[in-house]
Amino acid sequence: MRYALFLGCTVPIRSQNYEISARNVAKKLDMDLVDIDEFSCCGFPVKSTNTETSLTIAARNLAIASEKKLEICTLCNACTGVLTEANKHLSGNDELRDKINEELKKYDKEFKKGVKIRHFHRILYEDIGSEKIKQKISKDLKILRVAVHYGCHYLKPKDIYDGFDDPEDPKTLDELIKVTGSNLIDYKNKLDCCGGAILGVEEDLALEMAKNKLDNINSIKLEMAKHKLDNIYIEKVDALITQCPFCTIMYEDNRRKIESKFNVEYHDLPVLYYPQLLGLAFGLDHKQLGFRLNKIKATKILEKLGLE
Amino acid sequence: MIDSRKLDPNFKYEVAKEIGGENIKHCFSCGTCTVGCPVRVLDEKYNPRKIIRMVLLGMRERVLKSDFIWLCSQCYTCYDRCPQDVKLTDIMTALKNIAVREGYIHPAFREQAKLLGENGRLYEVEDFDNKKRNKLGLPPVKKKFNDVMKIIENSSLKKVIK
Repeated sequence: MRYALFLGCTVPIRSQNYEISARNVAKKLDMDLVDIDEFSCCGFPVKSTNTETSLTIAARNLAIASEKKLEICTLCNACTGVLTEANKHLSGNDELRDKINEELKKYDKEFKKGVKIRHFHRILYEDIGSEKIKQKISKDLKILRVAVHYGCHYLKPKDIYDGFDDPEDPKTLDELIKVTGSNLIDYKNKLDCCGGAILGVEEDLALEMAKNKLDNINSIKLEMAKHKLDNIYIEKVDALITQCPFCTIMYEDNRRKIESKFNVEYHDLPVLYYPQLLGLAFGLDHKQLGFRLNKIKATKILEKLGLE
Repeated sequence: MIDSRKLDPNFKYEVAKEIGGENIKHCFSCGTCTVGCPVRVLDEKYNPRKIIRMVLLGMRERVLKSDFIWLCSQCYTCYDRCPQDVKLTDIMTALKNIAVREGYIHPAFREQAKLLGENGRLYEVEDFDNKKRNKLGLPPVKKKFNDVMKIIENSSLKKVIK
């Protein structure tokens, strides 16, 4: 199984823990992620200011994938959304396609129908599947209790994703997390947006959006008992699992800012990219999963699992 | 107060001509967009139903000059839930596109366009970044994408970022 790995701008510079864990998990599953030097920015950053330019940038990337005859595998939700949407728009609108292709001619590129784009985790879910993933698992993570954040562009707008999962009640990443043995803890505002897209527009508002999610996850008190007759003790969620670098920037990189601005404390709740969690279940060394690069250290998790 | 003399009845047609703006006239103001909006719940300044209404009434200048059109977090919740398929997120994008052409751009978005114009990517890549990647066993990334820089140069964004 070969895929063209689309890193985008943020993952290779700010989220190498995501990239390195995704690559090592893919290797373990015999997936061949091909690096394409020519892949650029997806086009998302200029969509708000000039949609046509954004489409041209996206179409250039799509043209490269079709030259290579490879399906695109993305790691960032924003890249997934913009490339998928551009592919839909350009495939269904001849006039727009001709216009964009006229511009692409200058770069010796041509958008052609038939390119496929999927997020890495959608590929794990659809092409590899829970059963095959389960076979590779060597370490049971049942001691861990985690919450999940899907991020908006993984499933929305639904009309570009051909019925994959349900954005109002998503289950696919839940299933991928459960495969690792981890306990998935539900919480109130699971579907809420991280606010990342307006961080530069109105920081306080964006941070408040992220805060509301962290508040809910932090307020979960899990009543635990080692044995039936033991006294009950209270535990908190061990980690928040994400799959988009922008969401992680909101929940991890901006953590201290949120805590001081709103006078709250989240007890160093770690934020893990899903492949970091899956990699632990595969028995991969935490160095191969980029744990050292997590800004909020996941030491407690590694200790719990006897890895540190 | 709305001053009817200042309304531009053609504004809705102008928006409808933009990519993704086609369905604006389908809106019957039910407010589904607004009750589910994660921004609206925290800040009343951003009210998608009101913004659509303002466009339909022709309040062109007030909408295009406003700060609120830049507050959409692009989560697509309203887009998916709208019973009239108005495609609100795309309409907010269309409004921002028109605003930029009229010379109104939020500085955060100007900065992003500028970075793309200068590097073809959202971050300036330093040698340090590739050294770090090398240490991690990751392949180097390109510092500049000339094609993307030219695409920006050939677009109307060129004027905005100068």
